[in-house]
Amino acid sequence: MERIVLEGKVVVPGEAQGVALVANEPLSFWGGYDQKTGEIIDRRHVLSGQNAKDKVLAIPFTRGSSTTTAVLLDAIRANTAPAAIITTETDFFFALASVVADELFSSPLSLVTLNENDFAKLKSDDNIQITAEGKVIVSGVAI
Amino acid sequence: MTLQLTERDRAMLRGDEGAAKKMAMSIIIRMAEISKAEKLLDIVGAHIDSTVYIGDAGLEFAEKLASLGAKVAVPTTLNVSGIDEHHWQEWAVASEWANPAHRQMIAYRSMGTIQTWTCAPYQAPTKPAFGDQIAWGESNAIVFANSVIGARTERYPDLFDICCAITGRAPAMGLHLSKNRAGKILFRLVDISEELQKSDDFYPVLGNLIGKLALDKIPVIDGMTIRPTDDQFKAFGAGAASSGGVAMFHVVGVTPEAPTLEDAFHGNEPAQITDVTMDMLRESRQALNHSNSSKLDMVAVGCPHLSLVEYKKLASLVKGKSKHPDVQFLITSNRAMTQLAQEAGILSLLKDFGVKITVDTCSLTSPMLPPEIKKMMTNSAKHSYYSPGLLGRDVAFGSLEDCVNSAVAGHIVQDERLWKE
Repeated sequence: MERIVLEGKVVVPGEAQGVALVANEPLSFWGGYDQKTGEIIDRRHVLSGQNAKDKVLAIPFTRGSSTTTAVLLDAIRANTAPAAIITTETDFFFALASVVADELFSSPLSLVTLNENDFAKLKSDDNIQITAEGKVIVSGVAI
Repeated sequence: MTLQLTERDRAMLRGDEGAAKKMAMSIIIRMAEISKAEKLLDIVGAHIDSTVYIGDAGLEFAEKLASLGAKVAVPTTLNVSGIDEHHWQEWAVASEWANPAHRQMIAYRSMGTIQTWTCAPYQAPTKPAFGDQIAWGESNAIVFANSVIGARTERYPDLFDICCAITGRAPAMGLHLSKNRAGKILFRLVDISEELQKSDDFYPVLGNLIGKLALDKIPVIDGMTIRPTDDQFKAFGAGAASSGGVAMFHVVGVTPEAPTLEDAFHGNEPAQITDVTMDMLRESRQALNHSNSSKLDMVAVGCPHLSLVEYKKLASLVKGKSKHPDVQFLITSNRAMTQLAQEAGILSLLKDFGVKITVDTCSLTSPMLPPEIKKMMTNSAKHSYYSPGLLGRDVAFGSLEDCVNSAVAGHIVQDERLWKE
């Protein structure tokens, strides 16, 4: 099994690991993420029907609703959030949910960014480990 | 470049002005650092999307701020909540939902805010002016403020808007700064008839298309030969902010920061040029229609909230007609516009037709629809976009006139004349 190490940038630090769930299109969590279960419910999105709870979710950025932050915060509180989220640029909506989760429950969500080239190397079902310094260690059968 | 704070910012962070400002300033500073802002700036107003009830975490956040004595430092309007405060019992809202949603209303009310409870704060007399620095949440309100009014707000999420309102400060970044307000990609309208440009259903269809193609980049639309109304801009922006992350657009010769094509791009070249054709618009319109039959249980209009002008238009459309008994007709609006409609003497006309009016919230943010409502129709791209995920319901799309005609006929009726090949 091959292993690659990608140099991510830390948005909100935190060690995390999980199975990757990857899409190249943005997602609004309001109307797109069921915070009771972790299911992706945007029926137009390629990940519709998949469950992101405890996965490492990789999407380029958020779209749409201002309510994305509140949905992610609620998911963090309900333990239905992804283990970490990887984006291609710093996403203010995700970052805020993580910062507020830290303020309220002392449980920030690990967030890192990868440049577009490295992001494109991620595939669903890869095993991903994220270090506190933002390294993204990918090991997967499919690499 | 590290974040430069003023003495007052530091005093708020230390807690010199109370625990609520301390918490709010701490969140602002952490987010300003993450966003690589160089400083904070003063805002003159805020609009709070955090009022939308999602669940325990957002409520806990609101009640924590309220318990710390939070008060807003600038005039602050409120977005929709999770219930129509005085009428939720008329709908299928469970008290397990209504009670915490109401507590969240009470928390934000306690902070000295203006009780607008609307996603369309630009309809209120308190709307900002050109050039004002503001902190607004609610995607459709953000795009309207930046593009149509020329006020300046970053695309702020829930929870952050209230921190800005409490401190009167926001990170100097994104759309607050002139250099970031330049258009990035150009859309040219090609052979789009003036008749279609004048029609209301053109704008949600165009917004849905532009949002999907522009994503988070500032689109510039060239070739519009008429000046759209505020309601048409509302429908366009809400569509573009839903299918993409559009927080600002320019319409050449129409919106305030784009008198010319050159102004819209700040003298730069567009990164991409796309010709918008009738075929693309027809495809976008088709994507907003995801109902596979002509069956209809409810027409829903007022996403974003119905304006007084739309109330009047609707009244003229329903005059002398009666709604089919098997179809419900829902208007979602705010207390202010509904009061003005009442004063204009048109509410009785609408009620005779058989409409039901909900204020403070909408069918996307309140679980108000009974299970027998399965097939809906709307004139809103935003409603159509979010309905499958949030409501699990199929929606047909049409103009306001199509919506009225469908409610009368008892099944979906769409006027194809302007859209024909």
